[in-house]
Amino acid sequence: MLMADRIIAASIMALSLYFMWHATELPIGWNGKTGGPGGGAFPFWLSAVMFCCAGGILVRSYRGKKIQSGPFFDPETLSWVVSVAIALVVAIALIPWAGAYIALPLFLFWYLKVFGRHGWVLTGILCIATPVFLFFFFEVTLKILLPKGLTEPFFLPLYARFF
Amino acid sequence: MELFAHLADGFATSLSPLNLFIVILGVTAGLFIGAMPGLGSVNGVAIVLPMTFIVPPSSAIILLCAIYYGAMYGGAISSILLGIPGASTAVATTFDGRPMAQQGKAGLALIVAATASFVGGTISVILFTLFAAPLADVALAFGPAEEFALVLLAFTTFVGLGGDDVLKTIIMICLGLALSTVGLDLISGQPRLIFFDQPGFYSGISFLVLAIGIYGVGEILYTIETSKSAPSVTPARLTFRDLWYGIKEVNKLWRTLSFGSFLGFFVGMLPAAGATPAALMSYGLSKLMSKKPETFGKGAIEGVASPETANNAASTGSLLPMLTLGIPGSPTTALLLGGMVMWGLVPGPMLFIEQPDFVWGLISSLYTANLAAVLVNLALIPLFVWALRMPFTVLCAIVLVLCIVGGFAPSQKMHDVWLIAGFGIVGYLMRKADYPMAPLVLALVLGPLMEKSFRQTLIAEQGNIVAFVERPLSGTFIAISVVFFLLPLLKYVKRSPRAQKVPNEPAE
Repeated sequence: MLMADRIIAASIMALSLYFMWHATELPIGWNGKTGGPGGGAFPFWLSAVMFCCAGGILVRSYRGKKIQSGPFFDPETLSWVVSVAIALVVAIALIPWAGAYIALPLFLFWYLKVFGRHGWVLTGILCIATPVFLFFFFEVTLKILLPKGLTEPFFLPLYARFF
Repeated sequence: MELFAHLADGFATSLSPLNLFIVILGVTAGLFIGAMPGLGSVNGVAIVLPMTFIVPPSSAIILLCAIYYGAMYGGAISSILLGIPGASTAVATTFDGRPMAQQGKAGLALIVAATASFVGGTISVILFTLFAAPLADVALAFGPAEEFALVLLAFTTFVGLGGDDVLKTIIMICLGLALSTVGLDLISGQPRLIFFDQPGFYSGISFLVLAIGIYGVGEILYTIETSKSAPSVTPARLTFRDLWYGIKEVNKLWRTLSFGSFLGFFVGMLPAAGATPAALMSYGLSKLMSKKPETFGKGAIEGVASPETANNAASTGSLLPMLTLGIPGSPTTALLLGGMVMWGLVPGPMLFIEQPDFVWGLISSLYTANLAAVLVNLALIPLFVWALRMPFTVLCAIVLVLCIVGGFAPSQKMHDVWLIAGFGIVGYLMRKADYPMAPLVLALVLGPLMEKSFRQTLIAEQGNIVAFVERPLSGTFIAISVVFFLLPLLKYVKRSPRAQKVPNEPAE
């Protein structure tokens, strides 16, 4: 817990520095002509405050005596969280390439069948019903086209039918 | 009398078949979302918002408010049947709701919760109706200086009253504000903070992306970690005798209920407080005022009724500053505010003048939503008992898919979907380290207003920074802000430094 607190505080400090460096592309000081601060002032000084507060947390973690104990992650369930996060990232990465209608059912299949250990019937129903719902809700009703990637040609007859 | 005319006009809007259908749909969805452990009103609104493009803007807002309302009712269901609060707002309901369920009185507890919620909702909607127009009139006199001072006040309430670690709260506020400056500079139009030269950042970071990331993906990750085993559902039988008995019992509690409603309404208006603390305060105070305080915690009907009135009243209360001043009173209303801005309905006093049909339609829809919620709630209790048995993995999988698609839909850019995944994972880690999430979301929504009003004032006053304190209203707001800001410091000086660990729950 203590270590995690320090790592997060240090990361925030690094992030603030990165923000501050970016913000300096625009004037960060007082602009005499128009009155008021320049375009970079808001992000710059807010990040500076963030930097100081995160520094304060870091300093406090070394000085304080009473520290929250216990591990940061629950060792039993950490692997679950990590695998879901990885699956999510893989699914998102697949979307532009294989299309939402392949990537999302794959994700559902992994989640329900492999991760959740559900039966074939439930998995099958959800893996088929979800893309059908998404197609009719987003593409047909809202006219929002989801990325199709490689599967684009297969949708041409559907477009012809519904648009 | 003008008020009644407005309200009657409003009912003409909200009782149209489409809006009536939408209210019923919204409260039913909200009830389910609220009843699911781990998902509350803020998660529901964040996940559903991208899908509301399907209806006209004013109906979309009515839908989201109905979800908000329904979720407040729904939170009690899992508090009673599972012993796990369905949303953080229903924590106090578990204290007596769970013992009641264990004594075989789950049905009665659900009836009491629903009727008490209805009383809280109704009293607070009446208060809302009375206060909305006068407050909007006052707010008409606000210039940019007052707007800035008010936003500052909203943020300092987190520092002074939030109860979280002060340094972490300030970090989250600054982070939200800094993220809100990504994109184009408001005044000069120059690009700024374009990370890694990604073109996606030119349009800024949408509040929706942050909200879906934190309240969708982050919440699911958090729930996966904390839910080790499936909880057992207490069966609830519902009889008309119970219903009659429950209503009679609630009828005896007028003093507690009206007190809880007023308390909830005013606590709900504060950005940093909201429904969770309101419910806890109401529980504590009704125990103090009760003739039989020893029954509390062992299944007292009063102990179920008092937090439920307060959390419903608070959800209405937090709508008041959002609608009249444009300052949201809770993360959920911050999302509603963002949604309204997205649809071109900018909340604030001008909305009452320019879009009276919408405003009064929305206010009157709160009455119908409240009535619909209590009826749907009581009618569908057997369905909720069944739904709570749904395996958690199914719910998580569907929610994650909705997060991905819902994140993509508004802007149709994969950039936003990646941001959602990033915010979700980082948000999950930061939440575990006790960083509060509510100030972050509020800051991102209010950031543009804060910067714009600050710089507009200074341009108008030729760089004279004293202008903020010279104007009486903004001066007062700033003075109160300073007090809030110094509150933690005073506590620190009074008591020796004491490491406090505060449970990290999204305030709603």
